[in-house]
Amino acid sequence: MTTKAFNATRSEKLFDLFNYVLMALIVVVTLYPFLNVLAISLNNSTDTVRGGIYIWPRQFTLENYKTIFQYDGLLRGLQVSILRTLIGTVLGLVCASMLAFTLSRVDFRARKFISTFLALTMYFSGGMVPLFILMRDLHLLGSFWVYIFPGLISAFNVFVIRSFMDGLPYALQESAKLDGANDFTIYWKIILPLCKPVLATIALFLAVNQWNSWFDTYLYNGGASQWTTLQFELMKVLQSTQQGGSSMTNSNDMAKQMSQISPESIKMAITITVTLPILLVYPFLQKYFVGGMTLGAVKS
Amino acid sequence: MESSTETASNAGATIPESNRGRPRKVRGPKRGRGEKGMWDSVKQQKYLYFMSIPFVIWVFVFSYLPLWGWTMAFQNYKPAKSFLDQKWVGLDNFIELFQDERFYLVLRNTLAMSLMGIIFGFVVPIFFAILLNELRGMLFKRFVQTVSYLPHFVSWVVVAGLVTKMLSIDGGIVNDILIALHIVDEPIQFMAKGSWFWYIVTASDIWKETGWNTIIYLAAITGIDQEQYEASRVDGASRWRQMWHITLPGIRSTIAVLFIMAIGHLVSNGFEKQFLLGNSLVTDYSEVLDLYALNYGINLGRFSYGTAIGIFNSLVSILLLFTANGIFKKLTKESIM
Repeated sequence: MTTKAFNATRSEKLFDLFNYVLMALIVVVTLYPFLNVLAISLNNSTDTVRGGIYIWPRQFTLENYKTIFQYDGLLRGLQVSILRTLIGTVLGLVCASMLAFTLSRVDFRARKFISTFLALTMYFSGGMVPLFILMRDLHLLGSFWVYIFPGLISAFNVFVIRSFMDGLPYALQESAKLDGANDFTIYWKIILPLCKPVLATIALFLAVNQWNSWFDTYLYNGGASQWTTLQFELMKVLQSTQQGGSSMTNSNDMAKQMSQISPESIKMAITITVTLPILLVYPFLQKYFVGGMTLGAVKS
Repeated sequence: MESSTETASNAGATIPESNRGRPRKVRGPKRGRGEKGMWDSVKQQKYLYFMSIPFVIWVFVFSYLPLWGWTMAFQNYKPAKSFLDQKWVGLDNFIELFQDERFYLVLRNTLAMSLMGIIFGFVVPIFFAILLNELRGMLFKRFVQTVSYLPHFVSWVVVAGLVTKMLSIDGGIVNDILIALHIVDEPIQFMAKGSWFWYIVTASDIWKETGWNTIIYLAAITGIDQEQYEASRVDGASRWRQMWHITLPGIRSTIAVLFIMAIGHLVSNGFEKQFLLGNSLVTDYSEVLDLYALNYGINLGRFSYGTAIGIFNSLVSILLLFTANGIFKKLTKESIM
């Protein structure tokens, strides 16, 4: 892009060739594991044992997907994962943008204090044990809200949204004020609709985070199968069949059942199920998150 | 990079000179004039307070309150008792920690994997960004970028599953290739060898995050003045020389800032991958400080000891951050603090 191909010397042509080959190689290394897993998940499970499946199923079947969706744990996990992703994303978006709006108002008196108060949280954390004790004291252990509450306000997200709002024309707010709008109305009716690009970015971050979390399920809700998540179920299945995997499985749960039959194809079918939603979404949001990342890095 | 400039220039185009007319400072004569002025402005901005105070309380509860939990490290914390009834034990928990042989093993693993992560996880994205920037076909460049972001969006659970699959002895592509090329005679049990663990973790990390970490560098490269390239071309500089003398220095400050931030996370760089990729055969190489805190602090219910581990973790992080920042300040006059 930067260099037009005038006076391309031989060594430069060689460099281009090398570069293209390298990049193609990187693409292959990145995509192959996914294609391989997809192929195995779509292959007859007894046939898979023979090996030799690379990127194309040998005996195509949807049987593996039918099998995994018969497990209660998986269905339950799917429900909870969807629920936490939806609620976590919407709430997180509203809260972060609202706080960001107040911080983007240079005339707001408490602005500096709140900014500092928030920024400090990026550099320390209480650590695993105090956080666990806090959740226990707040009676959040074994509940759904432990997925939503602790991560509701993330300083990074707030600052990214704020720096976007900083770029909006202030005259809009002033004229709305003259028309008698209060600050909340200005936020909701005027600023928020203008923030769509940055909100899309943050929504993606929040959603991916929620969807991919498994450790909070393990730490805070490990015993409560009621609030299990898809990632956690996948983790149990994958770990149970690994050599001497962590001994966290109860004798009669899904992981155990699965490890008894344990066809490779079933594990891979769950992996694809867990991954698919993100695969479908992220390329379309790429334009936004690239912008958002850059914004956050430069200004915060 | 193309997509980022697009967003940035769009924003600029639709809302030119956006900041004109925006009050630069707190206006009004009332500022700092005692109770009444203060109260008036609070009343005037009541909506802004309504919209921010709840979140301040929220942040206090979930981010600041856990710091109070650090007192546990100096107590023999019993969950059933109230704060006043806890027995204070001074530095006993820390002394016990420093006398535990396991602790030094865990510290070694933490530092080893963090250092490897920093060296490779830091250098690889820079090279990737520079090489990506040299691609001429826009479509291909876009495609490579989109593909390279993909692993970032996938959870560590999935990545651990993929890695285990790729390295497995039956049907894992890595062993298949090694055998096909006659480099080895029989498949290697990668996941069962402790000495391989650090490399597997580091490689997985590179695979997962390189594309993502490239975003910022690519944006920085886009910001370099194009005239510099043109001028150097007139002077007959090859593309190698341009990369070395223009692109790399052009993103130097970005590199410095990101490097210092990476150092800050040196000791607390997560445990997910170690937890998920590890197994009982390799614990001597896979256990890191956070996992150690998890095993002792929570799974065995020794909350005070676990907190002491956490505090040690944080202190080392801060120390490293300041050291790295200090060194960088001296060397490059760049600083984040």
